[in-house]
Order: sequence, then C-alpha cells, then structure tokens
Amino acid sequence: MIYIKLLISFFQIGLFSIGGGYAALPLIEEQVVELNGWLTANEFTDLITISQMTPGPIAINAASFVGNQIAGPLGAIISTLGCILPSYIIVMILAYFYFKYKNIKIIQGVLGGLRPAVVALIASAGFSILVTALWGETGISAKLSDIDPVAVILFAISLFILRKFKVNQIMVMLGTGVAGAAVYLMMGR
Amino acid sequence: MDQDKKSLWKLFASTFYLSAFTFGGGYVIVPLMKKRFVDKLGWIEEEEMLNLIAIAQSSPGPIAVNTSILLGYKVFGVAGSIMSVLGTVLPPLIILTAISYFYQSFKDNRVVRAVLMGMQAGVAAVIMDVIISMVGNVIKSRKLFSILMMGGALIAALVFDINVVLIILVCGLIGAIAVLYGDRKGKGAKKQ
Repeated sequence: MIYIKLLISFFQIGLFSIGGGYAALPLIEEQVVELNGWLTANEFTDLITISQMTPGPIAINAASFVGNQIAGPLGAIISTLGCILPSYIIVMILAYFYFKYKNIKIIQGVLGGLRPAVVALIASAGFSILVTALWGETGISAKLSDIDPVAVILFAISLFILRKFKVNQIMVMLGTGVAGAAVYLMMGR
Repeated sequence: MDQDKKSLWKLFASTFYLSAFTFGGGYVIVPLMKKRFVDKLGWIEEEEMLNLIAIAQSSPGPIAVNTSILLGYKVFGVAGSIMSVLGTVLPPLIILTAISYFYQSFKDNRVVRAVLMGMQAGVAAVIMDVIISMVGNVIKSRKLFSILMMGGALIAALVFDINVVLIILVCGLIGAIAVLYGDRKGKGAKKQ
C-alpha cells in the first residue's frame, strides 16, 4: 500500500538525517527519486527551489509535497508523520535522560562545552545567511559591485530597528519582503 | 514576563506562528524560538535553551522540529512536546500541500521571487540581532573557557567547514575533560 511505503521511506529520511538543514537532501533524493521514482530529477530540483521559498524544514517540506503528489492530503500527513516519528522517539529518550541527569558534574561539563559551541554554530549559519542576502548565491567577494545595494540598505535599517526599538521580528521580515519587492520590481529585476 | 499565562494553547500558537513565518530553515527559527521563549515569555532560561538546542542538534531530524519537541517537553511534559511539534509541523504541511497543486506558477512568479529576495535581508538582520545578543552574553560571562570554546567552534565551522556533528562531539568531550581535570587539580585550580 502506498501509504505504508510513504511512511517507511520518510521514516528512514527522518532517522538518518543528522546535522540538520541540507544534510537531509541526498537522503531525500535517494528515497524519492532513485528508489521509488515518486519525483523526476527535475521535479526534485523544483522541490528544493520551493523549499527555499517557503517556511519549514526541507525534510518536512519534501514529505508534504511528495505525499500530496503521490497520495493526496492524507499521503502528505502520513509522510510528514513518518518523517518526524524517529526524531520524536529519539529526542524524547534524550530529554528523559537530560532532565534526569543534567545535574551530574560530568554532564554539566559536557553541556558547558556544548553551549558556547551552539552559539558559534548559530553565528556561523547566520553569517552564511548574511552573505547570501548581500552577495547572492555566488557568495562573498572583494568586488564592491557584487554587493546588492538594496539588500545592504534593507539589512542595515532592519538591524537598526531591531536593536533600537525591540520590534516584532516577523514584522521586520515581512516588511523587508514588501519593501524589497517594491524596489526590485521597479528596478525590473 | 508573563510566566503565569503559560498554557498549552499559547505554546501551540507560538510555535505555529514562528514556523509559519520563518523562512530560511532551522538556524533561523531556533534563534527566534530562543528570543520568544527565553526573552519574551520567560518560560525557560537561556542556559537551558542552549542545552536543549545542543541536544536537538545532536539528534536525527530537522533541528527546528527537535528543538520544539524539547521545548514543549520542558514546559508541559509529553502533552507539551506533542503540541509544540504539531505547531511546528502544521504550517509547512499545509503550505506545501497547497502549493503542490500549482507549484509551477508559484516558482516562476516574479512578485513572489521579489518578495523573497527582499525578505532575505530582513531574515539576515533578525538572525544577526539574536546572534549579537547571544555572543554578547557569552563574552559578558567573562568565562575564558566559554569564550575560547565559542571562538574555536566558530573557526572550525566557518573557516574549515567542519561537520556540525563532529564539532558538537568534540566540544562536549572537551567540556567533560575540563570538568574532570578541574576536579583532579582540586579546588585551588580554575573555578567555572
């Protein structure tokens, strides 16, 4: 049955994608394109593009998209469920041990080492996002002309407003979306 | 901080709202979760939030989903974990299901593309805002160990592009060794 197939495939994707973000991509491609032929290679590229344009983790996006294409809304729900089930089980087991043993000295040591690392990993990801926003997909370069001036102005104003006035972050994101779209469309891009 | 207004519904609404409007994947939504649940709602301490993110990062599956499970569990137990995971997963589930009917025209739509391009700068600003605060907190703690760990991990990730899981493993190990070594040297040695 197709529902069971979807469930098993996305369960595997959820189980084996460690490291987050695009680490899951090759796994999704293997299950969805190569093993089951649910999407063509072109459709898979479209899926990645759409994932970048919509909110949500790419694995969940893939599960919902493929599930619906293959077996309708119920297929989307079952695929998504399959995708989060392994995370849920493993994370709950870890949570149990974490809350039980977090006050043990050696665990405190491990967590003390992990906390600054987590800040660093978020900072590193944030830096990549900033580079993509200002320079585009090609990445950082020394040439001043490669920088998107519209993005620089939007970024600077947004950051200033966020630091100074503690405004709602989602409003800032939506605001730059609207303002940016107006400018880009007027510039004919 | 309105800690008294803790409710399952508010947990669901918060995760749903963040998930629905956060473009750009796990590393955008996790700082936003931190800002909402630590700074705004005050349901959880920053230190514990970072612990939970570390666990989420070390587990399989999307970091946004894992973090929301841990957060929900911390605040409301098993019921909380289910509510927050539903709140995180439903927006992409609904949006992608809807879009899969007309994705060709969505993908090639000029207006959609322009909005998303504009939004990238806003997303970068939002994440930078949170990073400035978080890095600031580590530096303000004046713990040399934490500052060195942060700097080391940043260089490893940014300059050498080392796998995230490996960075987490090594940093946890160093943390454990530091505690054991500190014990052996007795109380006169470094105190964290």
